[in-house]
Amino acid sequence: MAIEITDVSKEYFVKGKRIEALKKTTLSIREGEIFGLIGFSGAGKSTLLRLINLLEQPTTGSINVNGTDLEKLVGRDLRIKRQKIGMIFQQFNLIETKTVYQNIEFVLKASSYDKKKVPSRIEELLALVGLGDKMDNYPKNLSGGQKQRVGIARALANDPEVLLCDEATSALDPDTTKTILKLLKKINKELGITIVLITHEMEVIKEVADRVGVMTAGEIVEMDDVYAIFSHPEHEVTKGFVQDIYDFIIPPHIELNSESEVITIKFLNEHAEANYVNQLYRHFDCDISILNGRIEYIQDMPLGFLMLHIKGRQEEITRLKQFIDDSKGIERAEIYG
Amino acid sequence: MDRLIEITPLLYRALLETTLMVSISIFFAVLLGLPLGILLYVTANPLLYRIKPLNQFLGALTNVIRSFPFIILIVAIMPIATWLTNSSHGPVFASVALSLAAIPLFARLVETSFNGVDKGVIEASIAGGASLWLIITDVLIPEAKRGITQAITLTIITIVAFSATAGVVGGGGIGDLAIRYGYYRYDTVTMIATVVILIIIVQLIQIIGDYLSQREERN
Repeated sequence: MAIEITDVSKEYFVKGKRIEALKKTTLSIREGEIFGLIGFSGAGKSTLLRLINLLEQPTTGSINVNGTDLEKLVGRDLRIKRQKIGMIFQQFNLIETKTVYQNIEFVLKASSYDKKKVPSRIEELLALVGLGDKMDNYPKNLSGGQKQRVGIARALANDPEVLLCDEATSALDPDTTKTILKLLKKINKELGITIVLITHEMEVIKEVADRVGVMTAGEIVEMDDVYAIFSHPEHEVTKGFVQDIYDFIIPPHIELNSESEVITIKFLNEHAEANYVNQLYRHFDCDISILNGRIEYIQDMPLGFLMLHIKGRQEEITRLKQFIDDSKGIERAEIYG
Repeated sequence: MDRLIEITPLLYRALLETTLMVSISIFFAVLLGLPLGILLYVTANPLLYRIKPLNQFLGALTNVIRSFPFIILIVAIMPIATWLTNSSHGPVFASVALSLAAIPLFARLVETSFNGVDKGVIEASIAGGASLWLIITDVLIPEAKRGITQAITLTIITIVAFSATAGVVGGGGIGDLAIRYGYYRYDTVTMIATVVILIIIVQLIQIIGDYLSQREERN
């Protein structure tokens, strides 16, 4: 395990009032995975992330990163450990008075990196993030996406084992977000760095994460593989987050009664690409029309939805529903919209 | 016009005295005020090295010195100034009190410029494993350089204003000349000449200060 969080909680006192930012949480993050935490602001995800490099001190519990108990470290030892835990931020947090080169040089200075190797290391990092030609620019002359690339290069400078991403794409436009997420995925694959990211956008989770924890009111209420979360959300908050792929609306002009029903079918995994509709047409004496449909690819696995309007005798519709319920890989979907 | 030519040597001498007092005082204000400002900021910041009692003590000390009317400060520290400069009057003697008044002022201004440094940048530096010293020299001071430049400008101008009072200990200087000749002797020509010189000095310092701080901005 790369990160073991055991019984960790965090309280603040604001004007004598106790605020529980994080309830007692235990969480294991596997080596080499991309773990996402999603929640609205104030859900405690930022607190949880900041505990992993001790930017926040836990009130209780222990945090172990690759075999080292973090909360036992102080001073120099903590600094050295932090150099192995990279972090990127929503607002990039670059030193404005330093060039791109100097910003990266700064963290290499922090780790007393071999001075002779510094220039080649910085070149290598900038090539990795695709900013080789911006070395002497100041942050204010860079776009948001470029700034985040510098942030990533800086975070990777000391060969970290873990990369923490604090809403790293929330200040970026959708296209730039995609390119930054691609870069994070590449870093995860090529360098084998464990990534923990927090976000309030399900799109980000869908794009890069392997597993996801859903947070609300200071606790993780649901945690699973991203595909499982999307295909079978349990908690109300989770349903809220995945609703945009479940947002089919029944057209108002359709009359619903025992002989005219709307059924939404959810296709899982490889079944999403099979010929179920064909079978429905063939085996049932009903009029079937397609109202809506889509296939999402999550972790490269398809998750399909099809909204059908079925007209026919009541028994026939019941038989059709039974057929769907008995089929492997397809389910009738709830609509959360 | 004749009167103006008559007082030229006086003005020249006073200008030198002012320059001397301001130079000595700003030197010590920066030398001691910058570390004090850093200390005030660092001991208050939970991200860096928060020591609440030390911060409160330094803050109180700073406020106490700044509360003194300058003329009382001069008189109050006379023994220390005598011991330090081995004299009992003159511009160097007056510079002790001027420095003492300028140090806490500069320290507070520096602290304010540090407060303007983006907390996120400091957080990122800590997350990167940088030492406190490296954060001070490589993040705080460069990021606050513009504010520090403005703080130096403001402190110099304040010292120029304070130095007028330095006359009570024979410090001399332009301001002193204005008070002694212009105010006590109703010497209008000297009065106007000194005020004009003071205006020019202050303007020059401000223009140079603005130029330097804007140069920081352009980078």
